Formats: sequence, C-alpha cells, structure tokens
Amino acid sequence: MRALVWHGKEDIRCDTVTDPEIEQPRDAIVKVTSCAICGSDLHLFHNFIPAMLPGDVMGHEMMGEVVEVGPEMRGKLKKGDRVVVPFTIICGECDQCQRGNFSVCQRSNRKKYLADKVFGHATAGLFGYTHLTGGYPGGQAEYLRVPFADATHIKVPDGIPDEKVLFLGDIFPTGWQAAVQCDIQPTDTVAIWGCGPVGQMAIRSAILLGAKQVIAIDHLPERLEMAEAGGAITINFDEESVVERLNELTGGEGPEKCIDAIGMEAHVSPSMPDTIYDRAKQMLGAESDRPHVLREMIYVCRPAGVISIPGVYGGLVDKIPMGQLMNKGLTIRTGQTHVNRWTDDLLRRIEEGQIDPSFVITHTVGLDEGPEMYKVFRDKQDSCIKVVLKP
Amino acid sequence: MAYYISNIARSKGDPKVLHSGPSSLGAADRMAKALGWFSIGLGVAELVAPERFTRALGMEGKEALVRAYGVRELGHGIASLSPDKHLGLWSRVAGDGLDIATLLAAMRHDNPKRDNVGIALVAVLGVTLLDIIGAQGVAARHSRPRGRPRSYRDRTGFPQGVQAARGAANDFQVPPDMRAAPALAAESDRAPLERARAH
Repeated sequence: MRALVWHGKEDIRCDTVTDPEIEQPRDAIVKVTSCAICGSDLHLFHNFIPAMLPGDVMGHEMMGEVVEVGPEMRGKLKKGDRVVVPFTIICGECDQCQRGNFSVCQRSNRKKYLADKVFGHATAGLFGYTHLTGGYPGGQAEYLRVPFADATHIKVPDGIPDEKVLFLGDIFPTGWQAAVQCDIQPTDTVAIWGCGPVGQMAIRSAILLGAKQVIAIDHLPERLEMAEAGGAITINFDEESVVERLNELTGGEGPEKCIDAIGMEAHVSPSMPDTIYDRAKQMLGAESDRPHVLREMIYVCRPAGVISIPGVYGGLVDKIPMGQLMNKGLTIRTGQTHVNRWTDDLLRRIEEGQIDPSFVITHTVGLDEGPEMYKVFRDKQDSCIKVVLKP
Repeated sequence: MAYYISNIARSKGDPKVLHSGPSSLGAADRMAKALGWFSIGLGVAELVAPERFTRALGMEGKEALVRAYGVRELGHGIASLSPDKHLGLWSRVAGDGLDIATLLAAMRHDNPKRDNVGIALVAVLGVTLLDIIGAQGVAARHSRPRGRPRSYRDRTGFPQGVQAARGAANDFQVPPDMRAAPALAAESDRAPLERARAH
C-alpha cells in the first residue's frame, strides 16, 4: 500500500509499504477513505518531538471502512462499518478509561517502558506520533491497523460526507475540550491564541458554549478572516499589541478564559524578543519548545481565570512566569484530548446542523501529493489552513 | 536506508518500507542540508586542528582566530540544518565575507604560502556562490507569495448562522472535573461568600 512516511527532519515521502496485519484479537484493519494533516504533525516534521524513527508512517486524523476484524470484537465492530478513528488508542477498560480520561489510557501504549522513563508514567498510545506513544503506524495511508478497535472507533452513519465527520477524530473534540475545560460562562471573554485548525474549532466551540465574546489572535489575514466569519473579534499581532487590545476589549480586566491553540512553535518575530531567544535556544537544543503564548496568557489573563492548553508541547520550556501564575491564582488545564468522551455529543450536533466542521478544509489532494502539502501547510502558502488527503 | 535498521522497533504486522517515493525536501532544501553539514565538518576541523589551517596558509599564531571561526561555522551549520535554514545560509554568506577578508589580509608578498591562500580564496568564493544560490533557492521555495490571500469570509462553520449558534450548546453540562475554580465558576443564587465556603 502507499503511505506517507517520515524519513527525517522535513523529509516526508509517499512510499510503498507492506500492508498492516491483524496482530491482536481486538485489532481491526480500516481502509482509509479520508485523512488529514494536523498542525501537530508539523512538530514531527520539524523533528521537535523526540522518538520518531525513519520509516514511521505519519497521520492521526483518519476515517474509513472496516475491512477486517480480529476475533474479539464483542459485536462492537464488523466488516463494512464506517468509522472515524480517534487519534488516542483506548482500551476502554482501565481505570483511566473508566473515568473518561481516555488520553491517558493505561494499557494502549505498547512502549510503556519508554514513556514511563520520559513522562514518569505512560500515557495512551497514539497513532503516528513517535515511539513515546507506542510507535503505532499512522493513518496517512491506504490501510490502518486499529489496536483495541472495539473501543477505539467512532461509528458514523452513511449519508454524511467524510468531510463533515473526519475531524471528530482530533481537531473538533480538541477545540471542544479546550473550550469545555474553560467552563465558559455567559459573562466570559474567551481569548484564543492561534487561528489554525484547532484554534478555529475552539472559536466555534466557545461560541456554541455561549461565551460573551470570543477573541482570536493570529497574524495571517486568511486565518483571521476565517476566525471572524465564525464570530470572533480578531487581533493581528503584527499590527497591534495583544495585551493592550485584550485589556481594551475587557474593560481593563483581561479575559477570564485563555486558550493556547499554538503550542511549542510560537511565531518568531523581532517585535516579540522572547521568541528570538526561544528560537535560538531551541536551535541549540537547550530548550525544546517556544512558550511565548504561555507567557502572554499568564500575563494578560484575569486573576482567578483559566488557561486551557490544547496546543502540543514537547518537553522543556524556559522562563515561565510562575510568580504571576501563582499570585494571580490561575488554573491551568491541559492534556491530549479525551476524544471519545465528546464524540457522541459532537456527532449529534453535526447531524442537527449546529456546526459543520468541513468549513476549515482549504485543500483536498491525493496521497501522492502529501509530501508537497506538508511543505505548503508548514509555509502557510496558498492560504492553506487544513489539508485533507484522499488515499 | 535508515528505515531498515529502525524496523527492529516495529512489530511484525506494522507496515515496512518497500520502495521510497518522492520527498518533501526540494533541491534547495537538500543543498541547505549539505552546506549545513559542510559547516559542521569545517567547524569541527577548525576547532580541533587550527594549526593545520594556519600552517597551510602561512598564518602561524592565528590559531585562536581559526578556533573562533570554527565556533562560528558550527553556528552556521546548526542554523542551516534547522527549519530556519534561510537564516543559516545567509549567515554563511556573511561568514564567507569574513573568511574572504581574512584571506585577503594573508595575501601578503612576504607570505611563503601565498599560493595556498590564493587557492583557499578561490574555494571560498565558489562556496559563497553556492551559499547565495542556496539561500535564494530556499527563500523562493518556502516564502509566502505576496498578494491577496484567498477569502474565507463565508466559512462560518455554522449552517444556521453565527447568531443562531451563539449559546446553541446550552444543553451541554460541563463535567465536574472540568469546572472552573470557585471565583469564576457558575453563578448561583447564593451570595459569593456562601458560594466560596461551599467549596
């Protein structure tokens, strides 16, 4: 089969690889009909997150049709079922899964020994996202083996186009959880840093959850325009001070709820000197992440407010103002998304027409064009916001 | 070929590469990579054996300067191998200027290794040309073209419109583990002090 394979820093290739095989009784094989390139794939593209190996298949946003199942599906999945595959692999039975903390499933990371050493305790297995999370082959491929498939799936009805439900596997529940863990009240201002795909979903989620005002921060005109279309007030950080504008929009109080939809690769600009410092340290391997957004959120957030972090961080950050964080009594909520905790509800909202997540797709291409689209997406060329691949 | 070795980290049923296809790396990226590794190699050589350079160029006594240039080369190399490779390549061009100035200063008539300096100068000029071509190539491949971006004015994501969407998920109950701290938690009928005591 064909698959997008990581060969090194900025080196993704569309390779011919062997087909995946059923290994465990709860495995299933899915014929991928649609998959997407996620913003967090770019951290792997840049090799900023450790433990990728040449030959790893990329991709953690995918859906398709079940073509083969292991003997222990317990009636939950059968050949021919149409499924979205969540990026978190879950057993559905461990203590954390029982609590709904699916992204820290205790059993699905097959390289637990490695993750225990690095994270202290292992988190869930993830598709196509380094050997720290199991080294599972990803879904930017024609076929995908889904471990624990009886639990790791979201069944979707026929008749809804792939584009409307594909993002149930990652960016929609990720944006949703980012907003939910803010516990949005009707009086709240929610500020969202980053108008990439997760930021766009967080904006829509905050609107649906009834925020008084949603403020979106970016510097790319097309992304700001899409944010505005979704009901956000926008701030272009190339043109105005984020802190001053946020204070102005909140009567000097600061936003109650802040969402970091950027993560470890904050934009580097001479107007934000700390980003140059971070970039230099990152280049030398003295710091893995560029946490400019975290610093700005902690500074501007209203005291006793909530900071929600769906953006991916890889390792060590520097110069985090703990004094501000502690004295202002801020709450930080973060984590990989507990995808299956939200998907039944979100699928219903799609079916009822409350939201159509396909708005974010700007490019649809074949798998062969995947390597080039990584470059286009990374360089933000051709107004690219979200790439869907059709294997 | 590294993927053959890394297959030891994969299970039996995991896909393994049979044939490799076209890469996301363009010619300019490969050139930047090659120049980056060249910088690293030269930098290491200048750091560990500066006397080999000074002897060959008739610049005895300038070992500290060569070592400093070695550190500089390592910086160029690291930057050229990073996602910000255009910065790395332009920094190499600036470094080439420094190298050329240093070599010109060594082209004295009384330098017995004047011929070697001439050869080095030609080599540096050639590399400078490659650096400029590489830097321009990388910029052309990765920069955002100027002009109007596409318009996404109609991409609301809300089939029933933004106004209808505001608060449409009011049937959603935030799970207890994701509720905000008391000070900004849900309003209730109780007075703020009572509410705080309850927590």
